[in-house]
Amino acid sequence: MSGFDVGASVRVRLAYPTGHCRTPFYCRGKTGVVERVCGAFRNPETLAYGQDGEPQLTLYRVRFAANDLWADGEPGVAVEIELYEPWLESA
Amino acid sequence: MSEGEAHRGYHDMGGDQAGAIDQEGHAYLLWEKRIDAMMVLLSGPEKKLIRVDELRRAIESLGPDVYEDLSYYERWTAAITALMLEKGVVSQAELDAKVAAMKAARGDAA
Amino acid sequence: MSTDHHHHDHDHEHIDHPDTDAGPWSEHRYIEGALRELLIEKGVVTAEEMRAQVERMEGRNPGLGARVVARAWTDPDYKARLLEDANAAVDELGIEIQPTHLIALENTPEEHNVVVCTLCSCYPRNLLGLPPDWYKARAYRSRVVREPRAVLREFGTELPDSTRIRVHDSTADMRYVVLPRRPEDTEGMSEEELAALVGRDAMIGVSVVTKD
Repeated sequence: MSGFDVGASVRVRLAYPTGHCRTPFYCRGKTGVVERVCGAFRNPETLAYGQDGEPQLTLYRVRFAANDLWADGEPGVAVEIELYEPWLESA
Repeated sequence: MSEGEAHRGYHDMGGDQAGAIDQEGHAYLLWEKRIDAMMVLLSGPEKKLIRVDELRRAIESLGPDVYEDLSYYERWTAAITALMLEKGVVSQAELDAKVAAMKAARGDAA
Repeated sequence: MSTDHHHHDHDHEHIDHPDTDAGPWSEHRYIEGALRELLIEKGVVTAEEMRAQVERMEGRNPGLGARVVARAWTDPDYKARLLEDANAAVDELGIEIQPTHLIALENTPEEHNVVVCTLCSCYPRNLLGLPPDWYKARAYRSRVVREPRAVLREFGTELPDSTRIRVHDSTADMRYVVLPRRPEDTEGMSEEELAALVGRDAMIGVSVVTKD
């Protein structure tokens, strides 16, 4: 498992798959910092179609500064989002 | 329109402009509690007939107009029904007959 | 037929006769009834399982979360355990939290937490009961990640500019409960009295707890 450590800088893949996914549109292509590693969970993108969700994926909480998400992001605001490892790359 | 915007699901609304938040709630009705209970049972460890992820996929497949028109538990009802049809647990004919019988029993001609 | 039938009188509730709610029915309400009756006829679920699950959910409400908050306010060791492993800490109080993976978020003068699910309506229902309508509605889900201060103001919550805000989007497997700040001048209050101060909205993070 490649894995990201807490504090690692990560970028969310800029991808637009069809079908069910848990990566909100507003964070795609954006860069944040790993806040914690939540553990391994079954893959919702395949569970949603009746499959078993294996292999499991590492789930991270990534913290984004609001002004890294939006041009008009409020100062002093952070948004934290749960993201599965395949959606993340080192930044 | 930004790249990818065309692929954005109507349920994926974080960051959008939207109006004031209506803080008036409603007390859940019995039928709403029942569709909630049905989902918990069907997705539970004993039956494992539906996964929550499938419910969400089915809600995200209702289409934007239906999604906006229906109340929260009406969406659940539509999605769970679609999944039960998809999995062959019930048939459309059985559902139609049951709905017609229930309407007749309540004197609801529509 | 009584319109408040479902508020009490459970012993007499016939789950296979859902026409106990007066008033007109929407199409989807009929479909719910039809689907339920078919699933019962086919033996997929039983009427008893349905009744028991409705009751289980009715037994869950923000009072459970309020007990957790009050304990954390009065027992620093418990608070530390709650922030470290919320599932275990909630379990200590005899509250059934599985299969939820719960994270507790502590509000401080420097940092305020607020919870949303922008993609659907994920909520710590085993701890707080079913979510309020606004939590599931487009306006809150759209706006709170982008303009949290304005949203909090709509809920009557004015934070100093110096307080940072963390918005938690429950997109996947975690669920969140906010541990609000304990109000001033409550040193003499019992854990039970403190719990009575703690409302649902404070545990979502759109409001704060006040003494009165």
